[in-house]
Amino acid sequence: MAKRPILGLFEDANYAAEAGDALQEADVSQDDYDFLTDAPYPEGAFGEREERHHLYWFPFVGALVGLTAGILMTSMTQLAYPLVQGGKPILSLPPMAVITYESTMLSAIIFTILGIIFESRLPRPKMGLYDTRITEGYIGVLVNVEEDQLPKVSALLTQAGAVDVVLENPEPAAA
Amino acid sequence: MQEGRVLPAKEINRDLLRSILTTPNWYWVTVAVMAIIVLGAMSAAGLMINRGMGMTGLNRPVMWGFFIVNFVFWIGISHAGVMLSAILRLSKAEWRRPATRAAEVLTVFSLMTAVMMPLIHTGRPWRLVYWVYTLPFVPYDFARGIWPNIRSPLVWDPSAIFTYLTSSILFVMVALIPDMAVLRDRTTGIRHQAYALMAMGWQGTPRQWKLQIISGILLSALILPVFVSVHSIVSWDFGMAVAVKSWHSTIFAPYFVVGAVHSGVSAVVFVMILLRWIYGWENYIRHEHIDALGRLLIVVATGWFYFFVMEVIFGFYGREADEIAVREFQFTQPPWNLWFIFFTGLTYFLPVSLWLFKWTRRNLWIMSIACISVNIGMWLERFLIIVPGLAQKQMFTFTWYTYAPSAVEITIIGGTFAMVTLLMLLFSKVLPLIPLYDIKEGDMLKTEIKIGRATVPAVFRED
Repeated sequence: MAKRPILGLFEDANYAAEAGDALQEADVSQDDYDFLTDAPYPEGAFGEREERHHLYWFPFVGALVGLTAGILMTSMTQLAYPLVQGGKPILSLPPMAVITYESTMLSAIIFTILGIIFESRLPRPKMGLYDTRITEGYIGVLVNVEEDQLPKVSALLTQAGAVDVVLENPEPAAA
Repeated sequence: MQEGRVLPAKEINRDLLRSILTTPNWYWVTVAVMAIIVLGAMSAAGLMINRGMGMTGLNRPVMWGFFIVNFVFWIGISHAGVMLSAILRLSKAEWRRPATRAAEVLTVFSLMTAVMMPLIHTGRPWRLVYWVYTLPFVPYDFARGIWPNIRSPLVWDPSAIFTYLTSSILFVMVALIPDMAVLRDRTTGIRHQAYALMAMGWQGTPRQWKLQIISGILLSALILPVFVSVHSIVSWDFGMAVAVKSWHSTIFAPYFVVGAVHSGVSAVVFVMILLRWIYGWENYIRHEHIDALGRLLIVVATGWFYFFVMEVIFGFYGREADEIAVREFQFTQPPWNLWFIFFTGLTYFLPVSLWLFKWTRRNLWIMSIACISVNIGMWLERFLIIVPGLAQKQMFTFTWYTYAPSAVEITIIGGTFAMVTLLMLLFSKVLPLIPLYDIKEGDMLKTEIKIGRATVPAVFRED
């Protein structure tokens, strides 16, 4: 049976955390529920699962790509213009260093941005179940459960102090 | 610190999105006036391109004038964003919250404006293509008389500015994603669709917030070295030139970087005071924030003054005849000596004497005057670095010449100030100039501690 989402809205962070505890006690996996907020709450505020990520690899990889691109770009440009200036060698390192430094940093930053978007699981083409009250300060507890579990989870969220429980409109049947 | 009251999220949204969701009468009038000034400047630039560089006051040996002065000035202003956003973010300074976005946006727009100046200065901007040295596989034919100096420090400039501009835009855009989601939820129709697209499906999960917070710190750490490099490289446009006395100085890079921070942070303070006034953001941009920035500015200004004194002392200490001639020109010949007195007074003595007292730091009129004074002074500083050195570049005194800007140059320079104002105004109409989630987070972490009979405002801080 396919899982369906259900969203409980809470005014208080403590109630949302209690809802999380209740879901765990009801054997709902931590991967099946999430807390939606309009501001960054301190880590572990809701007893949520620890989020692992690989963001720190992105700037390193980006820096390596940028360094390589910078060295190639500056050296090939100098070789393409074999013009001796002031008796200096054609392949002159000081001018290469500055531009290579900039390309390294630029690439590291671009890769970091890509990493942030990728690791944040963005972009999400379909929003799924959501409520605009979340960006007004309400805390959303979004649960994905089997369809037959929906009434039980709804009661659980209400019992924990949810001011509203929202269900996704069932998709219209294919003609 | 922490003087403001805790506000509910709904009220924060309403207050900080007011500039976007409603349009006051003065808005379009101001936009129209700024747009007219920008159009005037564009017409002046068009006239100059059509008639030639003779329309400017530039002449041998002073071939760098107002355009390059303005270029360095706007690059300097752009240093505000990283200074405030990155350094304060990394040091977890609580009072950064209302200042970061405006500073970052000012960075982007002032950089865009700065980039235009060398292009206008060339007189033939379409020849930009000759600057594009990054074509290793299709070099220009030397037989056609094009001899690009690909090892010139002037080539470093575009690479540094491009890196800084791209990084700053991306930095702003990433931090805007959660605020786009708030706007997505508060708008309808085509605006809703546009904000939804830019919010990329942001939901505000703990994972997304965790990465958002890490991104702020990580990007700050990555942009800081770029920030230092940009104004260092701009200073090398001058410092690497052996032929121009008073330019060839090893102290130029740190001197320029600190000067940029001085003018940039002053500009941000002025922008914040303006935002507080025009949008009624008294609950967000509070006296405590302006006070803290004023105290920071005393340190920055004194650091800058130290480098300035060192630069002058080393200029005199060598007793080189050419260098002394330039210094005499700067210090003794009117009107340059008067400009010099104005510049030191406006950049250091007047503002710092105003920032020394708490009551002056908390008076927004006085702070505005001090910050405008710094920026007039810093503009003059760049003028007094660039022009006197070039005026006496040649060996023989009969080739010495001075420089007076033309009406075309003054119009274009005026237009750049209008352009930055216009861009800031347009930005404030579509995106929030104060990060909503940052303010909400700050309010969430506020608390009060009772110590004996005193109640001390405090803030929780995560490691």
